[in-house]
Amino acid sequence: MKTIKNISVAFALSFLAFNCSSDDDNNIVENMEPDFSGTFMQQDQMGRPAVNTVFVSGSSKDDFNVTIPSEQNAAFQSMFQANLEGLSPAFANAGDKNALQQDAATFTGLLATDVLNVSLDGTTTFYDGTNVLTGRNLTDDVITVELLLIFGGEDFTENPQFSNDNVSANDKDFLPSFPYLASPW
Amino acid sequence: MKNLKRVLGIGVVAAASVFILAADHIDAPAVQGGTSDITDFYAFQAENTNNLVFVANVQGLISPSATADAAFDESVLVEINIDTDGDNIEDMVIQAIPRDGKMYFFGPVAPSQTGLNSTIATTATNTGWVDITTYGEAAVTETNAMGMTFFAGPRDDPFFMDFAQYSAIIAGTADGFNDPGADTFAGSNVMSIVVEVPKSMIGGSGTINTWVESKKK
Repeated sequence: MKTIKNISVAFALSFLAFNCSSDDDNNIVENMEPDFSGTFMQQDQMGRPAVNTVFVSGSSKDDFNVTIPSEQNAAFQSMFQANLEGLSPAFANAGDKNALQQDAATFTGLLATDVLNVSLDGTTTFYDGTNVLTGRNLTDDVITVELLLIFGGEDFTENPQFSNDNVSANDKDFLPSFPYLASPW
Repeated sequence: MKNLKRVLGIGVVAAASVFILAADHIDAPAVQGGTSDITDFYAFQAENTNNLVFVANVQGLISPSATADAAFDESVLVEINIDTDGDNIEDMVIQAIPRDGKMYFFGPVAPSQTGLNSTIATTATNTGWVDITTYGEAAVTETNAMGMTFFAGPRDDPFFMDFAQYSAIIAGTADGFNDPGADTFAGSNVMSIVVEVPKSMIGGSGTINTWVESKKK
């Protein structure tokens, strides 16, 4: 049992390091404590799947990764909308909406703040036909959901050749218990 | 069906902006292929419905033959951000950082500062660590006194998509997906961090907003 409860991390780590040592030399203990010092600067970030890859133009992809979520909408929503309207015939005409009844501005206004909304009160899913954006399960077919919302039009029937990649499940079964992900290949 | 001619324009858009669609794999020039490249992020209710599970994956598209040599980078902090009051600014973080074969976890804890730069919350009361599972070994997990459970190590990439066909569509060399499609990520691995946490520690009820960051020293 490797729990750390109500004691300082420094003490806990010293204790663990002490157990690694074959003698009582405190210098060895101190030398073995992990160093957690320093400032860590942002490299990459992600909330919802495929947002940066789909909606952010190539020259802005690095910039998107170092823009904090609370400032992403102001910085990127108009780019998202232009790229959506350029990409999808289902959003090419004024008044076009997706099956969530969102027009291009509303849809990209949601996506431009790249955070994952998660319910703490029950079903968690990206989209299951009833619940929308209450989390992301391993089994959620997020790409088809996004393709349908991008290309599928008001009733998911437009552009069927683009709105489903016809890969609906992982190549290995997930586990019912922790750590949930399948063992590596 | 509206304005299908615009479909033919997709290739032009793609060429201009290098559309690559994957969950977050190789999403941007500065991080792609490196140890800080986030591939995916999941948050879902646990088997024990009082808990929530966060999964943060980095370093995508690791072939089986390369997986034994794949490793977390000790200079890269993976930080799960949790906004509990709807302003899209993190109120809590869960930090994960590897040291000498172990993954150390700090939080959920209020960060010393929000935003792009972080220091590790070594004074947090919620902490834990787990031996990083090695390739071929059964998953090593640890549960701390607060009821948090931890895993770190290689796993099958849980993401699935016919990325190759999408790329062909974008490139203008295909006019739609195949049925059935082919999972481009089949048979590849990622480096995965999994944390299960009691919901009571991250707001208890309602909706949270969450995202994952990689940060480098």
